[in-house]
Parts: sequence; C-alpha cells; structure tokens
Amino acid sequence: MERIPILRMGQFLLVTIQVDMHDRLAVQLQDDLTEKISECSSRGVLIDISTLEIVDSFIGRMLANIAAMARVLDAETVVVGMQPAVAITLVELGMSLSGVRTALNVESGMELLYELRGDFHSEMGG
Amino acid sequence: MKSAKQETVPIASSADVVMARQKVRQWALEMRFSLVDQTKLVTAASELARNALEHGKGGHMVIEQVENSVKSGLKLVFEDRGPGISDIEAALRDGYTTGGGMGLGLGGSKRLVNDFHIESEPGKGTRITVVRWK
Repeated sequence: MERIPILRMGQFLLVTIQVDMHDRLAVQLQDDLTEKISECSSRGVLIDISTLEIVDSFIGRMLANIAAMARVLDAETVVVGMQPAVAITLVELGMSLSGVRTALNVESGMELLYELRGDFHSEMGG
Repeated sequence: MKSAKQETVPIASSADVVMARQKVRQWALEMRFSLVDQTKLVTAASELARNALEHGKGGHMVIEQVENSVKSGLKLVFEDRGPGISDIEAALRDGYTTGGGMGLGLGGSKRLVNDFHIESEPGKGTRITVVRWK
C-alpha cells in the first residue's frame, strides 16, 4: 500500500508531503506518525507541506490531529512551508489551525523545534 | 450565461476526489485564473466532491466554462444520489456536521466561490452549483 515516508533524524521525525493525498493516505500518515513517535520516543515532528497546492478541511484536520496526538505523546509538531495562496484559502475556508505551530521553511522549523524542546544550545554544542 | 465547453468527472471513490481536484486545477489554469483564485476553486471542489462521496453515496461533477456579457467564469455542478439535505440552512452553518468532519465543507466552500446554489430533495439527492468569476 502507498505510504508517505517518515524520516528519523535524532530525536525528531521529518515528513515531506509531495503527493496530492487522497483521504485514506492522509489517515494512514496520521496513524504511522503516531506509531513512530511512540516507537522512537521522538521529541518533535516536522511536516513540510511546501509542495501541497491545496489544504482542504480534511488535510487541515489531519494536521491538527497529528499535532494534538503528538502533544499527548510529549512531542512538538511544526508545519512548514505553506504556500501563501494555500494560507489565504485555508483561513477563508474557516480553518486557522490554531493548535498547530508553523514556520516559513524547514530551517526555521528545525530551529523552532530545538527551541521548543529547550535544548537548543546543548544540541548546537554551545 | 452561455457555455463554451464542459466535462463530467465521476465521484465514486477517494481517488476520484483527487481526480476532481486535478481536473478543476487544469481548467482553472487554462482559463488563466490567478493562483489564489485557482487555489480557492480547487479547495471548494475538494470539499464538495468529498461531500458528494461521504454524504451522497457518490455522484459526479460537471465542469463548465461560462460567460456573461462582461466576464468569464468556471462553473462546477456536483450531483449525488444520496439522502438529500433536510435542513439546508443548518448544513451551511460552520461546525454543523452529521458525519465525523469539521462541518466546514458547505459553509467553507460557499466562501471560496462567487455564486453558490443548493437544490436538495430528501430521498432523491443533492445538486450544488458553484461559479467563480475571473
């Protein structure tokens, strides 16, 4: 079955969504990520959606669910790279993703994850 | 309102919802809608196609290029054979849901288009017509 790959990088998990997901694939990703957080004792999840051309209420709900489930498992979630047209549409649709942390790109998303874990300096060796 | 051409897309599975999105994107691109307008149209199509599948037991979408005296637009008609909507006013309210969703599908997609029209008869199905003008 088709799956979105989840990469492990130290204490974080990285996901890049590069396909136009049908609903079952989105639900699968939600389940897989929750499993993986628990299995790897991950402290954070970074989801790159820079290639997504739309985020509708279903995908928006999936992102909110992942963030909520991760939080219960003591992990932070940052969604990065949302295109401006997607952001405009999502808010007009009625979803502000208020429970989901966002960053403009992968780099600032990673910085945010380190900050949120409060161990930015030790990770950077300083 | 006269129409230039049209295309019908079946909606019977979640893969068809993806196909419906891609078709609408293709048409909106061809008609040179702005990126924000394309995104709004495709998102509305995604919501309405999913509604037709989840609540209406499937159906189809008709895409049509329309023109009036001053502008051109893209018209989408979603028809399903489901149980129909008994209380349309409630169904359009944000947060109202009879399924497991967020209740943003109808009200949300209405905000993403210029014209929005629902016809529904309990027991017979629902037809939703939307137009986004350029």
